[in-house]
Amino acid sequence: MADTTNSAIDAPKKRSLLETLEVDTRLLGMIGAFVILCIAFNVLTDGRFLTPRNIFNLTIQTVSVAIMATGMVFVIVTRHIDLSVGSLLATCSAFMAMLQTAWLPGIFGIDLGSPFVAPIAIVLGLALGAAIGAFHGWLVGYLTIPAFIVTLGGLLVWRNAAWYLTRGQTIGPLDQNFALFGGTNGTLGETWSWIIGFVAAGAALIILFLSRRNKIAHEFPVKPVWAELSLSAIVVSAILGFVAVLNAYQIPTRRLERMFEARGEVMPEGYSVGYGLPISVVLLILVAIAMSVVASRTRFGRYIFATGGNPDAADLSGINTRLLTVKIFALMGFLCALSAVVASARLTFHSNDIGTLDELRVIAAAVIGGTALSGGIGTIYGAILGALIMQSLQSGMAMVGVDAPFQNIVVGSVLVIAVLIDIIYRKRLGAG
Amino acid sequence: MAEDRGTPLVELEDISISFGGIKAVDHVSLDLYPGEVVGLLGHNGAGKSTLIKCLSGAYQMDSGEIRIRGDKVEINNPRDARSHNIETIYQTLALADNLDAASNLFLGREITTPLGLVDDATMEAETRKIMGRLNPNFRKFSSPVSALSGGQRQSVAITRAVYFNAKILIMDEPTAALGPQETQMVAELIQELKREGLGIFLIDHDVHQVKMLCDRAAVMKNGKLVGVVDVDAVSTDDILAMIIAGKKPEHLTA
Repeated sequence: MADTTNSAIDAPKKRSLLETLEVDTRLLGMIGAFVILCIAFNVLTDGRFLTPRNIFNLTIQTVSVAIMATGMVFVIVTRHIDLSVGSLLATCSAFMAMLQTAWLPGIFGIDLGSPFVAPIAIVLGLALGAAIGAFHGWLVGYLTIPAFIVTLGGLLVWRNAAWYLTRGQTIGPLDQNFALFGGTNGTLGETWSWIIGFVAAGAALIILFLSRRNKIAHEFPVKPVWAELSLSAIVVSAILGFVAVLNAYQIPTRRLERMFEARGEVMPEGYSVGYGLPISVVLLILVAIAMSVVASRTRFGRYIFATGGNPDAADLSGINTRLLTVKIFALMGFLCALSAVVASARLTFHSNDIGTLDELRVIAAAVIGGTALSGGIGTIYGAILGALIMQSLQSGMAMVGVDAPFQNIVVGSVLVIAVLIDIIYRKRLGAG
Repeated sequence: MAEDRGTPLVELEDISISFGGIKAVDHVSLDLYPGEVVGLLGHNGAGKSTLIKCLSGAYQMDSGEIRIRGDKVEINNPRDARSHNIETIYQTLALADNLDAASNLFLGREITTPLGLVDDATMEAETRKIMGRLNPNFRKFSSPVSALSGGQRQSVAITRAVYFNAKILIMDEPTAALGPQETQMVAELIQELKREGLGIFLIDHDVHQVKMLCDRAAVMKNGKLVGVVDVDAVSTDDILAMIIAGKKPEHLTA
């Protein structure tokens, strides 16, 4: 009792290290949990978990769910839910696969292998996803059907629309350029990865500097210089470290030999090259940046959070909350289509069960990442970290050799426990 | 008396609105002049909040006419009301609890940078400026408003109205959740706004407060207007009698 009173009085004067750095303690907790998880798996697998090869695979496996999770944050923040994302992904994937293999060559005479195939398929696929999402949003916003029902119906409708489009068949192989978005088939190589890494690190430093200058210009309190510098150092080393790890994963010799053969050359003895950043991961990073900017720096994002915090207040402030719902679901549909590109490109074909149960992974990623189902609270980086934690847990257990049923039991339990921890954390925060 | 004050700021004429067969507001007419505070009194469900929501755009009236400075206007939603410089401070404090004071103050009317992005720094600076004038003790600029006291939240709501040059202010029980000191603060604020020529509709349950703050009092019962009286010409008992009995006191009807 006496303890809490003291700390409450002392708090404004003596700021802790974390407060000085202005680091989100929640984010830190999640990163901590993630690090512990990785180290534990690494020990259990005798060092096989934290190899460049496995980290590379983990990141490309996470992309599809993580992209959708960023959209799910907006949906859940406005107190809605989307249960149809996995099915919507399947419909978009089926649509794009059919475009590439049947419709574009058959109807428009654009054969597989033409440079136009991938762009046309992707643009039309994204448009379809956004249109279906907007339709869901219209049903929810204007016809006031609960999102749970609309998307539960959508779960069945779009899963089977995909089935109908492909007659249940596996459609492939997909276009070469399309497959670049899948991961192993499309990486930037070492040089370009380093260039992007340095550009990103530079951009991060500039942003940190500009935001500090902006605060000073408005005479707001700023962090001490040492705090700013150490934060910069952490950010830069994280970015460059990530690039270094992905560059360290060498393309297997057999695969390289085949690549040289395809060009009609002979591979030099002892030649070796790293994969570098997969294009799909770059895509995820771009989506994450764009969605974060939307969330915190645009009116659209502000209205999403205001509506989630108090729908009546948003309405009375003149925000068109119905149209906002349409936009949010359209964005969700667009991101499902983007995930469909990544997911089918990774397989290099469309399969009938693509995206099955993804709705649960996506919702779990957003919720583990700190998005509150009661609305108004959620972050993009949290959802991506949530997706990464889920994927690490799943593939780590597979590597350790946990039986499949136990894997799912653990993942399900982790979701429930994560939400419990979150509730306790928020209560403490509210009380203190 | 009304004639020599020129055109009323607001004229509500013959307003009716019903919900599922119940006449919530039944042919009510009321006006408001610049620099005047008109109190709206009545029991719960008397129709005062419903009447005022027709003016603020939260409800659409079934029949009747609203005139602002003599011109007929259409108010179909809160945005229309704002475009006529009508600002509302709701009983339920229409604030988004998860956002900070500046975000709430500018909600729906954000300041943006040339790139179209929300300019949080400028908005916070503006909030600090106007808060310094209206409530200098306000400090919690970066916390979500859920962390604020009732009075602090009320000052965010009032600041929002003042910042955007409200000409017509609607206050729905602005002091209901406040302590004596904070109530005093709101009372002083109302006097200040009156001097600046705003017209204020004040919905309240507290007859004493209405007598203290308002120039005229309009009493409603069962959706109908009982009468409008000059607060200096009546006693609190007269007003109470109007609220309870639904009849104008005899010495005033003459």
